[in-house]
Amino acid sequence: MSSFLSSSIGKKLIMSLSGLFLVLFLLVHLILNSFLMFDSTGELFNAGAHFMAMPVIRFGLQPVLFGGFIVHIIYAIILTLQNQKARPQKYASQNLGNSSTWSSRNMFVLGGLVLVFIVMHLMHFFVPMQITGEVPMKMVDGVEIHDGAALVKALFTTGTFGIVYTCIYVLGAVLLGLHLAHGFWSSFQSIGMSNIIWRARLERAGYIYAIFIAGGFTIIPLYLHFFA
Amino acid sequence: MTVLNSKIPAGPLAEKWSKHKAAIKVVSPANKRKLDIIVVGTGLAGGSAAASLAEMGYNVKAFCYQDSGRRAHSIAAQGGINAAKNYQNDNDSIYRLFYDTIKGGDYRAREANVYRLAEVSGDIIDQCVAQGVPFAREYGGTLSNRSFGGVLVSRTFYARGQTGQQLLLGCYASMNRMIGQGKIEMHERNEMLDIVTVDGKARGIITRNLVTGEIERHGAHAVVIASGGYGNVFFLSTNAMGCNGGAAWQAYKNGALFGNPCFVQIHPTCIPVHGEQQSKLTLMSESLRNDGRVWVPKKKEDAIKLQEGKMGPNDIADEDRDFYLERRYPSYGNLVPRDVASRAAKERCDAGFGVNAEGKAVYLDFKYSIERLGQDVIEARYGNLFQMYEKITDVDPYKEPMQIYPAIHYSMGGVWVDYNLMTTVPGLYAIGEANFSDHGGNRLGASALMQGLADGYFVLPYTIGDYLADEIQTPRIDLNHPEFAKKEKAVTERFQNLYNVKGDKSVDSFHKRLGNIMWDYVGMARNAEGLKYAIEEIAKIKADFYKNVRIPGDFDAMNIELEKAGRVADFLELGDLMARDALNRNESCGGHYREESVTEEGEAKRDDENFTYVSAWEYKGENAEPVLHKEELVFEEVKLTQRSYK
Amino acid sequence: MADKIIKNLTIKVWRQKNAKTAGKFETYKINDISGGTSFLEMLDILNEQLINEGQEPIAFDHDCREGICGMCSLFINGRAHGPDDDITTCQLHMRKFKEGETITIEPWRAGAFPVIKDLIVDRTAFEKVLQAGGYISVNTGGVPDGNAIPISQDDAEEAMDAAACIGCGACVATCKNSSAMLFVSAKVSHLAKLPQGRVEASRRAKNMVAKMDELGFGNCTNTGACEVECPKGISIANIARLNREFLAAKIKD
Repeated sequence: MSSFLSSSIGKKLIMSLSGLFLVLFLLVHLILNSFLMFDSTGELFNAGAHFMAMPVIRFGLQPVLFGGFIVHIIYAIILTLQNQKARPQKYASQNLGNSSTWSSRNMFVLGGLVLVFIVMHLMHFFVPMQITGEVPMKMVDGVEIHDGAALVKALFTTGTFGIVYTCIYVLGAVLLGLHLAHGFWSSFQSIGMSNIIWRARLERAGYIYAIFIAGGFTIIPLYLHFFA
Repeated sequence: MTVLNSKIPAGPLAEKWSKHKAAIKVVSPANKRKLDIIVVGTGLAGGSAAASLAEMGYNVKAFCYQDSGRRAHSIAAQGGINAAKNYQNDNDSIYRLFYDTIKGGDYRAREANVYRLAEVSGDIIDQCVAQGVPFAREYGGTLSNRSFGGVLVSRTFYARGQTGQQLLLGCYASMNRMIGQGKIEMHERNEMLDIVTVDGKARGIITRNLVTGEIERHGAHAVVIASGGYGNVFFLSTNAMGCNGGAAWQAYKNGALFGNPCFVQIHPTCIPVHGEQQSKLTLMSESLRNDGRVWVPKKKEDAIKLQEGKMGPNDIADEDRDFYLERRYPSYGNLVPRDVASRAAKERCDAGFGVNAEGKAVYLDFKYSIERLGQDVIEARYGNLFQMYEKITDVDPYKEPMQIYPAIHYSMGGVWVDYNLMTTVPGLYAIGEANFSDHGGNRLGASALMQGLADGYFVLPYTIGDYLADEIQTPRIDLNHPEFAKKEKAVTERFQNLYNVKGDKSVDSFHKRLGNIMWDYVGMARNAEGLKYAIEEIAKIKADFYKNVRIPGDFDAMNIELEKAGRVADFLELGDLMARDALNRNESCGGHYREESVTEEGEAKRDDENFTYVSAWEYKGENAEPVLHKEELVFEEVKLTQRSYK
Repeated sequence: MADKIIKNLTIKVWRQKNAKTAGKFETYKINDISGGTSFLEMLDILNEQLINEGQEPIAFDHDCREGICGMCSLFINGRAHGPDDDITTCQLHMRKFKEGETITIEPWRAGAFPVIKDLIVDRTAFEKVLQAGGYISVNTGGVPDGNAIPISQDDAEEAMDAAACIGCGACVATCKNSSAMLFVSAKVSHLAKLPQGRVEASRRAKNMVAKMDELGFGNCTNTGACEVECPKGISIANIARLNREFLAAKIKD
């Protein structure tokens, strides 16, 4: 098994499985976020956030999720370094625009930018909501819970900062979409679940999913900025 | 004078090979491990021999000038490989394949060798299938066949238009297995330049490492030449750029006789020469003649308009087209053998009916089969060939007929070998295109692959044992033997002499001059006067070469001009011998067409009374004339008749 | 076939004496090239020019010049085998270039393919991968009749699609990671699709991948550039199959 994990295909399997796991997480995250649009009181969103902060999830699933991120990032770094080493002398002129998509060639850069975004995102939402608890409180059905919805709305709507913040989130969503545009299909290819027929289907599904996720994460901040 | 002993076993033709196998000696597994064999060349013959010998337990050292054994020019064979399997139930048999090959070769091949070839042909297909060669299949899962020129049955197995590639990858895979197991020592980018004989037996070779420029010594108990043909003597041919006659030529200079050097095959379906700067001719598979019809205009004025570019082929009505092969040879039509098809094309072009600017091209038209079968079927059959044609010529062959013209393709002649495939030098063998044995004056399509693999898989591995059984006491060859030192020095000096000329003309310029003389006077039509002129001209080019060739770069390093110079030096001598042989053979026979020997209808006329022999030439030294030996060909089974495809 | 004549071309080409010395670009001028001239013939003409000037000609690999031997290997204007699809360099013709153009020619670049001289690289890494398992273990003789095992036409065709690989290395040269996955997967797929090759399919996939990794090729990131530049159009569906074969083989361990 050790030789399997150190083989090139084994490492890609890890990238692929962790990636697919994160792909799934994004869907959950997006659904949860969309509560902000469907319920202007923020109660739905807060209930969701409250659910997510339950000990089972917080101490059971969250570490797994973090693990997924970390593995995905570490293996990305290992693979990229190896790939850099595989071509010590670069071409003076190389024209890849004809043969591959920009996002497929720049997954590491895209992933890196998404990571920067995620770190910022965690600092503004995850840390106050789940660690420090610096969030406005609210009574719901006699129980005091974090009013995450208020926190979110405040960040996206307050003055110039709100504009900048909205722009950053739209950009983050676009980067994520580009990452998914290649990553979705690619993860199926890496685990061998593709052939000539399915490749076209998976690629299409990947684009649709990327647009859906990127679109969703774009619409929410815009909605909050303009309508909340 | 050497007495030629072809060692053909006695007995009925059909039993010769099995009786011979039973009679020859065998080396025990323990002793095979102590014996080394050098194989020069890794095409179908060399590759299959190297793999088979290594599997048997011998230690093999294989050499090729390319960067990988898989690139040998067998890879370029397109159409297919013949085998007498009778899978199509069209009454094919070993005898029929034998007879077709003897007849196709215009009765200048050995009966016994050809019969053996036909006998093992079926085993080749089985072997290749077992190796994973993806031959074309029917829906039911059985192997598919197509028909080829010169025969009336469908016995050609194929893998799209890349049969040679697939067969070569099959035997190269087997070689790789043996390389992995340490049974084959592979030497890529390494060119054989001389043979070392000790006490009259072949004991090793001298090579040049093409990467470092080092001259190397390699020893073995037997040496196998599988270096292919010498078509590049013509400069322009369908051979790969690096194909050379060097290894075979060194065999000749070390005492092996050279058989039928004048027999070279001119392939009728090549893309015509374009301009002055062309380096290489591209073959379009013979299989195209299954569905393409060959024609030129009937009217001279149409031909002139075509040559001037004032008219296109599609402007000529059907009734104004001269389907000259169908006209002259109604029973075989467009599928006449290669030599016949080539000469017919030349005849029409010489008469002024050529269709390109140079007047040296005829049409191969698929319009009719597209109408009959639909474009899909034609695309499925020949798609990659059509694409290749379009890439090269910028003309779409689905819309406009292909232009084709004959070009040098294969050499039937080669190192003389006996029934065991051994040359006149003990321990020195020649297999595949490098020997002369199986195709006589003309080779049938899809038979080269068959012969190469027959020699390498099923003939040499047996016959070489008969010689090596007596060598089991011979220890590993000592590379410090004075003969190795002597040959190494000779090779170094030979190349240094060339390098030190420091003249002002490139190697290619000499090669082109030689090629022009060869094509004009030792090409598709030959006559005594022209051949004598060629011999004189070649001598002049040779003298000029050693006075004025320029080889830039370093001597002790990779030097491509030096490599080429060595090959051209051999070609200059080989061209001379070809012309001499052609001059001697005053008959028309197969690919060798003497204008002095023609029937009243203008067909080639063989002279069985005076020329039913193999000419085997003996080298007598640098400035001495070679000596001709004759191996009389005895036909016990077939009756010699004038070949007719009418 | 009246081809245009290109009057002026500038050729910027990588020159390197041997593996040990550093290389650099040199620039040459070449005139009056017919569009019907092949790219390698253009280099022949340039070399003839260089020899006549007393310079050393440019070393490049080539042999069959009909797109099948896989020896030619040039990176032309940023693309493996130059600016045309589904062909090798030897099948590239000058009609694809414009008057006055500067053509940049580089060798394949990959750590596993070190430069030997000028544009010639050492591709023996490929042979080593093949030696690790790119075969069916049968000896000559003693095999069943060719028709003994029926093979469906689809399987035979699919095997042939993969077997068409010419081993030129354009996939490695093109891949931004210098990955050899297309090459290796083509061989694995070719043999895995045939009943004769299935017998040792697991062993083959494991051994070939292990050797490929050992030789320093990069990792596949599924960009798909290899299949676009492959002169034989080998599909990356083969890579998926290799991944599958390899994973299945490893799970069994």
